[in-house]
Amino acid sequence: MSADIVISQVSKQFRGGALALQDVSLQVEDGDFVSLLGPSGCGKSTLLKMIAGLTLPSSGTIAVDGILPANARQLMSFIFQDPTLLPWRTVEENVGLGLELGGMAAAPRKAKVEEMLELVGLTAARTRYPRQLSGGMKMRVSIARALASRPSILLLDEPFAALDEMTRDRLNDELLRLYAERQQTMVFVTHSVAEAVFLSRRIVILAPHPGRVAHIVTNDLPWPRPAGIRLSAEFDAQAAYVSRLLRGVHAEAPSL
Amino acid sequence: MKRRLTFAAQSLLVLAGLLLVWQCAVWMGAPPYMLPAPPAVGAAVVERFGSLVRSLWLTAEAAALGLLGSIIVGVAIALAFAQWRGLRRLLYPYTILLQTVPIVAVAPLILMWTGNGLLPVALVAFIICLPPIIANTTQGLISVEENFLHLFLMHEAKPAQVLFRLRLPHALPHLFTGIRIAAGIAVIGAITGELFAGASRVGEGGLGYSILYASGQLETDYLFALVLAATVLGFTFFFVTMFLEWYFLHHWHESNRSDMPD
Repeated sequence: MSADIVISQVSKQFRGGALALQDVSLQVEDGDFVSLLGPSGCGKSTLLKMIAGLTLPSSGTIAVDGILPANARQLMSFIFQDPTLLPWRTVEENVGLGLELGGMAAAPRKAKVEEMLELVGLTAARTRYPRQLSGGMKMRVSIARALASRPSILLLDEPFAALDEMTRDRLNDELLRLYAERQQTMVFVTHSVAEAVFLSRRIVILAPHPGRVAHIVTNDLPWPRPAGIRLSAEFDAQAAYVSRLLRGVHAEAPSL
Repeated sequence: MKRRLTFAAQSLLVLAGLLLVWQCAVWMGAPPYMLPAPPAVGAAVVERFGSLVRSLWLTAEAAALGLLGSIIVGVAIALAFAQWRGLRRLLYPYTILLQTVPIVAVAPLILMWTGNGLLPVALVAFIICLPPIIANTTQGLISVEENFLHLFLMHEAKPAQVLFRLRLPHALPHLFTGIRIAAGIAVIGAITGELFAGASRVGEGGLGYSILYASGQLETDYLFALVLAATVLGFTFFFVTMFLEWYFLHHWHESNRSDMPD
C-alpha cells in the first residue's frame, strides 16, 4: 500500500505551552481526498502546515513521499484561506509565479499559464490586477497558481471559508472537477460538514483541546458527484451522520 | 468639477485676503526694508529674474542630487537591513540617531571637511534625506505577511527572490512615503548647506547663499522673492514625487486607485 503522506504520533506544543495536537497518526494515500474537519482549536490548520513543512512537529514524524516535508515541497502546493495574490502582479503574472521562481523560461511558462487560466475560466481577466477581482475570482487565481507547478499533493487550508455560500458551492464543484481530471492527493481543511461530505473520500474528524483524531469516516457518497447530489437523500444522511459525530466531539471537549 | 472650481476659487480668495493684509501693513507704515509691498516683491522678481532662476537652479541641482543619492543608498541599506536581522538590530538605532542630529549644526562641519561647491551642498541634502528613506523602506520590507513568505517557501524561492520579487515590491508604497518626506526636506537641506557653503563666485550662489547675501544688503524685496522661489522649488519637488508615486502605484495599490473594481 503506497502512502503519500504518513503522519506518526505527531504532537505539537506551541511556545506558549498550549498543546495544539496530541499523538496524531494518519495516512493519506496517493490520490485520496481527505478532509480535516473540526471546530476551531482542534489544530487542523497546524496539522496541514506541518504536512507542508511550514511548521515542525514537537514530537513524532511526518513523511511526504518517504522524505521530510521540507524536502518534498516540489511535490506539494498550498492554498491559503486568503488568496495570497501579489497585488502588483496581474492575474497571469500571479498564476505564473511558482513557475517563474522555479526558473521556467518565459515561453513555456506563458503556455502553461494560458492552460491554467483556461482551466479555471479566467482567460478574459488575465491582465487584471487582484484588486479588480471578486473574492471568488481571486480564489480561482490562487488555485490556478497552485496547480500550475503540477503538484501531486494539494494542501488546502479553508480556502473557501471567507466566500459566500453560492460562490463556495461553485468553487467546490470546480475543485471536484479538477480532482476528477487530475487525481491529485488532496488534503482539505474545513469547518463545514457539507463541504467535507461533498468533496472527500475520507473525513478526519478532529477533537479540540488538545487536538486529536476523534473519528475517521469513509465517505461512501457515490462518484461522480454532480452539483445536484447536495439535494439527495444520501447526501443528507451522510451529512447528518458526520454532524452527529462532530457534535459528539464538541460535547466531550472540556468547556472553556 | 463644479465643486473643485468652488474650492479653487475659495483658496484663491484666501490668498488674496493674505496679500491684502500684507498690503495694509505696508500702508500703515511698515518700512520697506522690513516689509516691502507685494508689488515691490513682484518687481524684484521681474527685474532680477535671471539671477533668481540661476540660484533656484543651483539649489534644485544640489537638492535633487542629494535626494537621488539618498534613495539609492537608503534603499541599499534597507535591503541589507531586511536581509540580515543582526545587522538591522546593530545599526538601525543609529539611523534614527542620524535623524535627530540638527542639520544646521552639522552642515558647517561637512563643508569644513569637503570644501565648497555643488557636492558638499548635495551631501547636506543627502544626509537629511537618508533617515526617512531607510526607516520607511525597512518597515515596508519587513512587514510582509507570513502567508506570502510561506507561499514563496512552498515554491522553493531563493533568498534573493524573496527579497526582490516579494519584499521590495511590497515595500514600494512605503518607499514612496519616504521619498515624499525626503523630497520636502531635500530643499531645506540644500538651502541650509548653501548658507554655509558660500558662493563659487561673488554674488553667484544657490538660494541659501543668495538669501544670506540679500539679507546682508537689506535687499528685503529680493529676499522675499528668494523665499517665494524656495517655496516654489519645494512644491515642485513634492509634486514630482506625487506624480511618480501615482505613476508607479496607481494600477495596483489601494492608496492610488484610479478606477473601481467591477
